[in-house]
Amino acid sequence: MSNNAPLSSHLKTQVPDNDWYKRRIIVLLCLVVPAFMLLLLRLFYLQIVEGENFRKLSEHNCIRLQAIDPPRGLIFDRNGRLLVDNRPSYDLSIVVRDAKPLNATLQRLSRYTRMPLDALWSEIEKYRNQPSYKPVPLLQDIGRDMLAVLEVNRYELPGIVIDVRLRRLYVNDQSAAHILGYVGEISSDELKSPRYASYKRSDIVGKAGVEKTFENVLRGERGGRQVEVNAAGQLVKILKTVDAVPGNNIFLSFDLGLQQKAEKLIDNVHGAVVAMDPDTGSILAMASSPSYDPNMFINGFSQEQWQKLISDPFHPLENKAIQAEYPPASTYKIITAMAGLQEGVINDGTTLFCPGFYKFGGRDYRCWRKSGHGSINVTKALAESCDVFFYQVGLRLGVDRLAFYAKASGLGSLTGIQLDHESAGLVPTSDWKKRRFKVPWQSGETLSVAIGQGYNLVTPLQLCAMIATVANGGTRFVPQIVSKIENASGDVIRKSAPEVAGHLPVSPDNLDIVKKGLWDVVNEKYGTGRIGAIPGVEVSGKTGTAQVFSRKTNDTENEKQRAERLRSHAWFVSYAPSDNPKIAVAVLVEHGVHGASAAAPIAREVIRAYLAESSSQPSGEAHQ
Amino acid sequence: MFDRRLIENFDWVLLLVTLLLVASGLITLYSAASAGMPVTQAFYFRQLMWFGAGILVMTGAFLFNYKKLDQYAYIVYGCCILMLLAVLVAGKYVAGSRRWLALGPISLQPSELVKVAVIMVLARYYSRSATVKGMGFRELLAPMLLTGIPFILIVKQPDLGTAMTIVIIAATMTLFSKIEKRTLVCIFICGFVTIPVIWLFLKGYQKQRILTFLEPDLDPLGAGYHIIQSKIAIGSGMLFGKGLLMGTQNSLSFLPEHHTDFIFSVLSEDWGFAGSAIILLLFLFLIIWGLNIAHGCRDSFGILMAVGISALIGWEAVINTGMVMGLLPVVGIPLPFISYGGSSVISMMLCMGILMNISMRQFMFE
Repeated sequence: MSNNAPLSSHLKTQVPDNDWYKRRIIVLLCLVVPAFMLLLLRLFYLQIVEGENFRKLSEHNCIRLQAIDPPRGLIFDRNGRLLVDNRPSYDLSIVVRDAKPLNATLQRLSRYTRMPLDALWSEIEKYRNQPSYKPVPLLQDIGRDMLAVLEVNRYELPGIVIDVRLRRLYVNDQSAAHILGYVGEISSDELKSPRYASYKRSDIVGKAGVEKTFENVLRGERGGRQVEVNAAGQLVKILKTVDAVPGNNIFLSFDLGLQQKAEKLIDNVHGAVVAMDPDTGSILAMASSPSYDPNMFINGFSQEQWQKLISDPFHPLENKAIQAEYPPASTYKIITAMAGLQEGVINDGTTLFCPGFYKFGGRDYRCWRKSGHGSINVTKALAESCDVFFYQVGLRLGVDRLAFYAKASGLGSLTGIQLDHESAGLVPTSDWKKRRFKVPWQSGETLSVAIGQGYNLVTPLQLCAMIATVANGGTRFVPQIVSKIENASGDVIRKSAPEVAGHLPVSPDNLDIVKKGLWDVVNEKYGTGRIGAIPGVEVSGKTGTAQVFSRKTNDTENEKQRAERLRSHAWFVSYAPSDNPKIAVAVLVEHGVHGASAAAPIAREVIRAYLAESSSQPSGEAHQ
Repeated sequence: MFDRRLIENFDWVLLLVTLLLVASGLITLYSAASAGMPVTQAFYFRQLMWFGAGILVMTGAFLFNYKKLDQYAYIVYGCCILMLLAVLVAGKYVAGSRRWLALGPISLQPSELVKVAVIMVLARYYSRSATVKGMGFRELLAPMLLTGIPFILIVKQPDLGTAMTIVIIAATMTLFSKIEKRTLVCIFICGFVTIPVIWLFLKGYQKQRILTFLEPDLDPLGAGYHIIQSKIAIGSGMLFGKGLLMGTQNSLSFLPEHHTDFIFSVLSEDWGFAGSAIILLLFLFLIIWGLNIAHGCRDSFGILMAVGISALIGWEAVINTGMVMGLLPVVGIPLPFISYGGSSVISMMLCMGILMNISMRQFMFE
């Protein structure tokens, strides 16, 4: 104790005794009692003074919340042409507790809607577990005629609710279906994922395409209102309202004109067209054939339609431009050439001899031209697509050095376009083969890889990005599908800027050698892609013919005679104008046999249409 | 060492009040559960089991001398902090926050137990540092740290309601142990100066959240709507209530969290003013009884423990009922003994055990 301490510090160090504590406990008591008195007073006010009023309000749960759904953002092309709209639809539902007598009401309803009574009952049965003041949805999108009938007879249909709901309308039906995607009711799996944490059952969400990847942008914010209703469930007054915030509008990167041109060009074949601005990575067109009408997902399918759609062997729902993987075939020689030049295993003067085949490991590897190309250098080998030349370049490089350049060109990985289900393709390496098949790489396989066969797989979008990179001098951009996003009042809230994904590790001189070869493909009399030429515009490109099954050495069968599903795929990748490229295009025609005949004319027409359009209006965004 | 006198001195009144509150909580939960979704009967039985466990914890808490708690306070506190850290690392996500630790089939909410641990360490600290003149900044540094650590960990979960409860209880115990006048004035001035400064730095949505918290009407689709429904439920109970299992039919599904934070609304609707006033008076009695135990206790640790526990029950009861009646902001604070929730039950029964411990040993001399 502090008995010996000086008096001044006595108080400071004095330890409180029990009486000191007791006095403070009394103070606490004096605070607690009034607090509880206040609570009791409040209770008395709510239950006794205002009790009668609250009892009345509770009888019918008069205060309810109604959600106000925001209109989903619209989607336009780059020049503001409407692609996806919202249209009003009328949905019929019924509040069971207000619909008394229920059976008689349902009978009348069955007569007016021509919906069997059993079906109505089974809908109600489905929602038996929800509180009876919540509406049970009966019929969606009932149409104006039925709406009129129901409105006229509303007095004998107590408890029915007709809601106006906005539905998606894909204005141009099939056009750009794979890019736009479609919406649908949220699934129970989606509800469980954290991505959809703020969603409720029966909400509409994007299921594919831009509708899905830009869900957050398009969705808007739900509002709601507190309302007072009477015993019949009818609105008496609106107490408070929180307005919904409409979704943002998206302007896509392409012009509808060119998009539809591309779609028309591949309409009667199966395959994909991708066009890109080499300077920005903006997608100028992306078509996949066969296509589908996304409106079917909104208005409902018949069982038959749905079966037809999902059992179609050509997969209309698949966006072949980004999802389907094909061997790049001879288009891959661009990469082999770049790798060979940059690694110094060849230069622009190196000539190799092609007798029409190449002997390796006791086997003959054929060139596509049986008579051979004779002595040939790299530009000519590109122009004539000589296999034997590139077999040898590939052997000198080895598979892993080839893979390095393929990956640097963006193959074997996602391009990063904001569309879902993009495929990564495949760039084989010796490590990959050991992991995948547990056997070491065989040199013979390098030969196949060097000419884009073997394990190589690419998507049309990847090849388009690759040729665009070559075209612009070596800068690889992330493909962009959106040009800008505006809010509902028209303020731009996001504008897409070019996004660099990487640079080609190839010197300008070497790239020029390759580009000379690509110019020769279209413009020299011996080029394989002459059919891609456009009078007045210099086009560069590369053909490719991807074998669907491996060709036997003594195979004499004519391609035309083969069953269609065994015929080769046709590729053409190109850009124009050659000296100052404004557009890069990749075309794939499934089972089109020859790149030159099947794919090159399509690329040519896309380029022609784009350059004609942009020369008539100096800026691509002149419409705004 | 167990003394016969301990049984003679056992606090039967405290036990009776506790059991009365527990029973009314179970009946209310049964009523809420019987009304159907989304609360099911399973909730009711689980709660019953938690109370069984709670009785054991309570018994365990009065068997030993509470002075042992003084000895082990920091160890208990340390374990609780470790559990809070574990929640942040490996906790279970429920509705966007991490509050639960899953231990096999049961999940525990460590933030509930932390409340008791904080009371314990503060009781230990103040029983040694409190002076008649009051404590200065130097003495207050340690309690600020002891309160600040769990506060921050719980805010991170995030569970603002529980975090604030801890601060309020700590503040109550600190003021009870007396702060030097000069220091108190300083703290108030600092508070008045910093709050507007902090406000300036907050982002728009953060300000909005605080404003809604203070004024539920600003959020008519969320908190504002819940308070209206809660007031309707309470008010419609009138004098004698709609009767057990009757009232809930109407308003139940309109009440959010009606088995946890809004259970008092269900209770008031069922039993009316008569029933809910009795519950409030039971709480008042319990707090007065707790303070009376502090009053009778002769060592400062025991006094501070009893005051801290009374403060915990008092604040939670006042804040919760004040909230559902529309007097106070909407915060997620359970009503002790009544709200559904295993961890809350366990920590409340633990508190009662400690109170009984202090109560039955006040006439013992060692």
